Order: sequence, then structure tokens, then C-alpha cells
Amino acid sequence: MSKAFASLLPKIFRDWFESRGWEPREHQLQLLAKAEAGRSVLLVAPTGAGKTLAGFLPSLVELAELGPRRGTAKEGRGLHTLYISPLKALATDIARNLETPVQEMGLPIRIETRTGDTPSHKRARQIERPPDILLTTPEQLALLLAHREAADFFKDLRRVVLDELHSLVTSKRGDLLSLGLARLLNLAPQATAVGLSATVREPDDLRRYLVPQREDETSLADLVVVKGGAQPDIRMLELDERLPLAGHTASLSMPAIYGLIKRHKTTLVFVNTRLQAEYTFQELWKLNDDGLAIALHHGSLDVTQRRRVEEAMAAGKLKAVVCTATLDLGIDWGDVDLVVNVGAPKGASRIMQRIGRSNHRMDEPSQAYLVPANRFEILECRAALDAVHEAAQDTPDARIGALDVLCQHILGMACADPFKLEDLYEEVRSAAPYASLSWEDFEACVAFVATGGYALRAYERFAKIVKGNDGLWRVRDGKVAQQYRLNVGTIVEATMIKVRLGKTSRARPGTVLPRGRILGEIEEYFAETLTPGDTFLFAGEVLRFEGIAEDEVLVTRAASGTDPMIPSYEGGKFPLSTFLAARVREILADPFEWDRLPPQMTEWLLQQRRRSFLPGPRDLLVETFPRGNRFYMTCFPFEGRLAHQTLGMLLTRRLERARLKPLGFVANDYGIAVYASGDIAARAAREPGFMDELFSEDMLGDDLEDWLAESSLMKRTFRQCAVIAGLIERRFPGEQKTGRQVTISTDLVYDVLRKHEPDHVLLRAARADAATGLLDVRRLGMMLQRIRGRIIHKPLDRVSPLSVSVMLEIGRERVYSDNADEILAEAEAALLDEALA
Amino acid sequence: MTALRKNKQTTHEIELAGQLALLDLSGGLYLPAHDALLVADLHFEKGSSFARRGMMLPPYDTRETLSALSDVVSRFNPRVVIALGDSFHDIGGPDRLGDEERSTLSGVQAGREWIWVTGNHDRILPESIGGQVVVEMALGSLTLRHEPVAGEQAELAGHLHPVGKVVMRGRATRRRCFLTDGTRCVMPALGAYAGGLNACDAAFKPLFPNGFTAHLIGTERIFAIAKAMLCRD
Repeated sequence: MSKAFASLLPKIFRDWFESRGWEPREHQLQLLAKAEAGRSVLLVAPTGAGKTLAGFLPSLVELAELGPRRGTAKEGRGLHTLYISPLKALATDIARNLETPVQEMGLPIRIETRTGDTPSHKRARQIERPPDILLTTPEQLALLLAHREAADFFKDLRRVVLDELHSLVTSKRGDLLSLGLARLLNLAPQATAVGLSATVREPDDLRRYLVPQREDETSLADLVVVKGGAQPDIRMLELDERLPLAGHTASLSMPAIYGLIKRHKTTLVFVNTRLQAEYTFQELWKLNDDGLAIALHHGSLDVTQRRRVEEAMAAGKLKAVVCTATLDLGIDWGDVDLVVNVGAPKGASRIMQRIGRSNHRMDEPSQAYLVPANRFEILECRAALDAVHEAAQDTPDARIGALDVLCQHILGMACADPFKLEDLYEEVRSAAPYASLSWEDFEACVAFVATGGYALRAYERFAKIVKGNDGLWRVRDGKVAQQYRLNVGTIVEATMIKVRLGKTSRARPGTVLPRGRILGEIEEYFAETLTPGDTFLFAGEVLRFEGIAEDEVLVTRAASGTDPMIPSYEGGKFPLSTFLAARVREILADPFEWDRLPPQMTEWLLQQRRRSFLPGPRDLLVETFPRGNRFYMTCFPFEGRLAHQTLGMLLTRRLERARLKPLGFVANDYGIAVYASGDIAARAAREPGFMDELFSEDMLGDDLEDWLAESSLMKRTFRQCAVIAGLIERRFPGEQKTGRQVTISTDLVYDVLRKHEPDHVLLRAARADAATGLLDVRRLGMMLQRIRGRIIHKPLDRVSPLSVSVMLEIGRERVYSDNADEILAEAEAALLDEALA
Repeated sequence: MTALRKNKQTTHEIELAGQLALLDLSGGLYLPAHDALLVADLHFEKGSSFARRGMMLPPYDTRETLSALSDVVSRFNPRVVIALGDSFHDIGGPDRLGDEERSTLSGVQAGREWIWVTGNHDRILPESIGGQVVVEMALGSLTLRHEPVAGEQAELAGHLHPVGKVVMRGRATRRRCFLTDGTRCVMPALGAYAGGLNACDAAFKPLFPNGFTAHLIGTERIFAIAKAMLCRD
């Protein structure tokens, strides 16, 4: 123990550490010193470094010295430490872990949690008599801050501990939390904030997040970094067999993965999507002659089933768990000694954080395998391994605070206390994501909260917040406050539909009755595309879709040995990071790099070079070739499926205008293929510059606007903003949802608003989301800029080795189109065919 | 009679109760034999109705609906327009109608007969709104009412806001539609904020015991879709 800091630790704590045979770590003492000096601080440390204890130690020490608390929030001491975690389960977990030292040292400290599950009498009691330490989530903090007693409740607050900060700040929840933090530090200026984070690319982004920002100057929290211990032992799983050119199932690797599971104590098998999880689980059980305890865990499974898996895992009863990102965050899962990541790693930091799961003792190297499922994923894994060895990070940039979240916050603040516009503006801008918020945008948000903020001021008399004669804005009545409480939060779930196991009726064979148990939930849009008789994988079984009955999907177990018909290998939501994408392009462009790839890759790339071309790292190769009676155009930007889908939509619009009769396109994470009945290559030969024009950046102007008007992805984005901002209620107080007709379709609202007020704050919020979300327009924009003047068109007479990979997606991936008339014409033709048959 | 826009085929002919009916892309239905235009479920002032409850929907729904209405009226220039009920979202709707919208409505009404059939949302309509107010009426062999009534009678009605959903190879679209079996026709809602009830819903079953054809309103034209091609939500 370093002498300089040791004095900060009271004897009772030193004795406790000693009794456990521990020694306080350097960074734990550093955090004590920071607390003493009244400084906010960001602690960056790898998993297993004792981050959480470090975060709480200063609070425990201070509280031990203060002695037992008395009285209510009003008369006595208020809350001392507030802990925020992204997961409810994590908050509960940490509370349990904290109780151990508190009880063993006999400290007079009351620790409580407050989550969605906390009963109302306990909530009321917590407000009346605050605990010393409260563990909660960003949504619950927002609710607490909107409470009329918030000022009293938080007035004595000393510390705010933000756990897993790196994961919180990348989403709208992070925006909401930043606004909450700004209010907290206003109510309790004496409080300091501590952020706990895994390693990130730009720690300064997080340091800014923790302290109030002032105009024209950046304030930073202090920084304490714990260097990682041993280098992780991470490698690519190499097979003798050739990997396919497309697909995400990694079916060839299953025996090897099974072998690894057998040889290790406990293995986490991470996959990117729920469907991949189902598939992998199924395949591993086919091989499971040893009857190993292999479990499945993903967000769509029924919650009791998930809890059972989590408990079995913590008790060390499982040999392996196949899981998605729902297990990504820092919950302690006992003795994991191997992590296997199936499929594309997507990002260097992301993969590091996952591998961090495998070892909670910092000094031993973590064991991990990356398992590519197709040849492109070999490239991606290679690039990720290089990044891991250089400890390069590619966490996303800091967010600009979303306006829909701000709208929600403004209403919450009005519920707490009347406010002056200027004061709230100052406070909001002290939150790092909102530091550059303009007065005009702020006013627009306030106007939205009050009356919808429309140029046509039709709703003044219905205003939800009103400005009084004293110049203060306040909420109109208790009903509005109640609506706020029901709608708080930034997570808008995709509409999910329950999956129920049915039983065949004995009386009427062929009829399926909804008599079985609920297996979990699937996305409504997935259910929409099923027809009775289709088989698909869910909850580790092959199920037969029977129909939809009373808002439930009714299924039966398929006969054993049935193969699922509906493809269960959709690519992930996340694009590979720009950093990895650039690396992959570099590897492709540099033959010297190929030595580090498996021989099957080198061979494939050599063929591509012989038959077509391999572009430089900044170029874009566009290949065209005829096939059947169609003309194809392919390219490989490596910008992820979402950006490619947007590119495909816009390219088909342009080809349509050029009268080349595009028929459709398919996109995957690496590239796209567009097909048309017009000869694209012939046109390009006739008109020099045609390709440059086709891919020019101005497609992000009018073409994008036109498409956004009807894009179902854009409408989905708008819906989320509308719910978060409070335009659409999640539900009405005292009103049961009675089916579709009582709610209003946001698609209709979108159409009307876009036509009459295209610059409305909600549309601006939706457009900002589209830039990075489902449409990934920003990524596409960066790509188009990069390739300007660097397009290499290679007209071929047949498909090249590289292009085969994306061609394989045709018929497997869904063809994307928002053209309703095309779909309807097809359905109408089906009627005619039937009539003529 | 109908001015066709370029590329757009705004009308679609069907036979209803032995006479020609033109289904319009706007959601209106024109009966040439009576020179009558029918529209259903305009739901004027639905936006402001929600605003009263704290949901500040864009206050442009009434003008949007009116613009569609005035467009279809000017194209057919009919002798009589009949609105099949739920023309206003609630009884207070006519009072909340803005001045501009009020005068647009008067303009559309001018020079022709105008009949409001009442609906469950607008059982009472003030005189100031112009035209004649009826509970139900007959037009030739057709009964016109808001809520359809099962039976063999030839009928034109609204109320149910039918929409049809089609899924082809993984692509789905959900559009407003006319449902008809040649004797009865349930019309789509014309209101900008009027939602829809899936044509596969049980509510339609007693009305069409022998099935129906759905005429789905696309972007450029109307498509006749067999019942078997429609999906539930």
C-alpha cells in the first residue's frame, strides 16, 4: 500500500482488507484521494480490476465517519451516494456485493435499490427517509428528478457513481442521463461524479460528460487509468475446410467449438443476433453426445427462462452459454475461462470488452477465439486481431444530445418545479451532449412540450406547460405529470408479439388450440412474414407456425428432424466500425498482408486479381456483368448493411431515372449487388463519367429526401422520436389499450407533418437519428466523399470471385423495397393467374 | 368525365348492386347513375380532439383531409356529395374548425347538394356546417348508412376503416381499401388521421358471408386483391 494514500483509509477498513488477505489497489486509493479533494473523476480499468469497490470506497469511508443517520429528508441527512447502472439486474447485483463489506465491518450504512420492480410503498418511504446509498437506473433517476420532493431528496448528495459509462453514453439513454446529472449537480453543487468505464478511444469524451460544461471552455473530470494486465490470448479459429463466401451460420466450425467447450471449464459463446444464437445452440446440441450443460440466453426468451440460465451460470452449473449482447455488460458470471465469438467482431473495442468477460483475475491472460463464418469475416477477424494486439480502440464518437430526449426532460423538469426558461437553458447546456445546443432549438423544444410547437398555433388552450405571470413555466395539472411518469425513458421496444405453444385439438384434428405455455416474444415484423406451415427456430426448438390468434403467435413443435425453412441467419444490426472497415480494405489492397491470411483466402484474392481487379484502400471497385437476362452491378464499400441498404435504395432511384429499369438489389455487411434489365455497362461505356455521376454525393440531397418521404425505416425512426418526445403516449392513465383504433398511427402523423412543417423539431430529431441509426446516412456520406473521383469501373463478361459472395445473398436475403405498388401489383397478378389457371 | 393525371390512374371501375361505381384513389366512390360522390369517415378535427388530451398531433389533419376532398370533388364535379358518417371526430369538432378550413368546406359545398349521414362520432351536427343531416338514406336500390348492417340488402357504408395487408416474398404493405362482394361496399376512411381495421378482422365476416374482393389504394392506382392474398396484422 503506498504510504501517501494509506492514511486516507481508516483503520477499520485497513483491518478488513487485511482480514481478507487483500491489499487496497493503487487506483482504489487514488479515488479516495480524489474524493477528499472534491474532484470528479473517470476511472478507466479493465474488467476484474475492482472497479466497483473503487467507486464506492470513498462513500463507505465517509459514511462510516458520519455515523448513523437520523430523521427524514427534510430535517435530517438526505441521500449521500447515488449509483446509476444501465441494467436493473446490475444494480441489484452491486447492492448485494456492497452489503458484504458493510456487514463485515459493521458499518451503519443503509443501501437500497430503486427499479421498476420496487413496490410503491417502498418508493414512498425512500423519498420520506432516503437511504445512504441508492442504486438505480437512468429512467428511475429521471422519475426521481421529476418528483416534487426532488430538491430535498438530493440536497445533501455527495457522490454520483455512473457504472459502465462507456456503454451508457452511446445511446439516447446517455443523453437522458446527462440531463439528469446536470440537474443533480445543480441541486447538489457539492456533489462529485465518478464514472467507471472500460477502455475507450477518447477518454476525454467521458471526462467531459462527468462535469458541468461552461460556455466556450471545456471542463474535464480527472482521469485515473488502470493499465490492463496480461495481453489477452486471442486467436482466430482456423479450419481445414473452405469457408463459404456468404452466410453467418459458421456451421463448419461447430465441431471445433464443441471441442473447445469440452476442454474448458465454462465457456461463453457470443453471437451477434438472436437468430444466430438459436442456430448455434441447436447445432451444438446435435453434437452434444457427452450431454454437456449448454444453455441459451437472449433477450427474446421468456424472462423466467433467462433467470434460470443466469442462476445456473452463477452457481457454476453450466458448461457453456450461447448468448447475445444481453449478456455483454459487467454482471459477474462466475468462472468463465473461455470466450468464443462466432461471426464478425464488428469492432475492436467491442470484442475486447467481450473478451474481458472471460477473466476476472487481471493478471492472467484471457482466452478467446474468433470464429469467422465466411471469407469476408476472416478479413474482419484478422483486422480485429491486429487492433487488439495494438490495443487500438474504436468506440464511437461522443453523441450530440437528441432533441426528442430533451423534450421529455423539459416536461419532467416542469413536473418537479416551475422554471425560468433561461435557467433551464443554462442547466441543459452544462450537460456535455447538449453543450452546443442553440437557444432556438431549446425554445423549439419548449414550444413542442407546451403545444406541439406548430407554426399554426392551434393548441394554445390545451398547453401542457404554461408560463405564469411570474415568468415561470409550470405543468398545467397533475394529469400531465402522471402522463409524464408513464412515458419516461428512451427505450422504445420494437413491437413484440408473444409466441405460444399450441396443442392439437383431440375433438377436431387439424385444429390447434392455444393451450400451451408462452415461449417468449418475437418481433412483429418477423411474425408478419410467416405463413402457416413455415418452420423456424426459436427458444432452441424448430417450431411450426400455425397462425396468429388474439395477438399471439401460435406454434407447434415441428416433427423431429425438420429443418427450419425461414432463414435464421440475418446479419447483425451493427456495421463494422469505420476503423475495422479501413483495415479490411488495406489488407485487401496489399498482397504482402495476404501471408497472414489462411491459404484459402489468398487463393481467392489471387483469383479476383487475375479475373478482375483489386482496388486500392481508398478506391471503390464497381463491377458490372450480365447474367441470365439481367445486368448486374456490384461494389464493396464495407460500410455495413444499413448504409448499404440506403445506398441500394438511392442507386435504384437513380438507375430508374436513367431508364435502366432496375429490378432490385441485395445488401450485406460488405457490399451490394443491384440488378436491372437495362445494360448498365453499355451506358457507362457510352457516357464517360456515368459511374461518377451515379455515385455522386448529391444523391444525399433530393433523392434521399424523396425516399425518406415513403421509407418505412424513416417512419420507424420517426415513431421512436414521437414516443420519446411525448407526442404519442405509450399509454393513457386509467385507460386500457383496446386495440389499434384508439391509438393514432405515427405513419399518418409523419405524412401530414412532413408535408406541412418539414422543419418541425420532431422531424429534425428523426433526421438526426437516421444519420446514424437504421439508415446510417452519415456513414454513407463519408463513403461517397471518400470515393469521389476514385471509382474504378470494371466491365466483366461474368461474375468475379469477389462478387459471387454478394450474389449468393439473392433469394436468401430479403429484397428491400418501399414501393407499395410493386407489392400490390404482384398480389393482383396472383389473383389473375388463379383466375386463368 | 375523369381527368387522368400522367401515369396516375385515379379511378377503378367495379359493379355494385347492378350499377357502375368508380373507386377513386382518394378513397371516394362515384356513382355515375346518380351523379353522386360518396366519402366516408373524414374524422375532421381528430388532431385537436387528441390535443385536448395532451397529445399535440400536428394540427393540419383537417386541411389535409379537406384538400383530398376538394380534389376529388373538383374532378367529378358531382350533383350531390354524401359523407357517410364520422365526418367529425367528436361532437365538439365543428366548433373547433378553423376559419380557413370552414371557408374551404363552404367552397367545396357550393353549387351542389351536400348530405351528412351521422355516425357514432358525430351523432349531432350543427346547422352552421351546411347541407342536410340524415341518419340513413336510400339511393336507388342502395341503402347508405354509417355502420354496415349484415343482411342481403345492397348497402354502402363506412365506419370500419378497412385496410388490407399484403405480404409478397417478405415485403409487406398495408393500405386503405374498399371491400365489396358486388352487393355491399364498405368504404375506406378518408381522414388524414383515420387509422384502419384489417380486412381479415372478424368484424367483416358477417357482412360478407361469401367473401369479398379488396380494392387496395396504391400510390399510382387501385389494385384488386383476392381475399386469400390478404394477411392479418
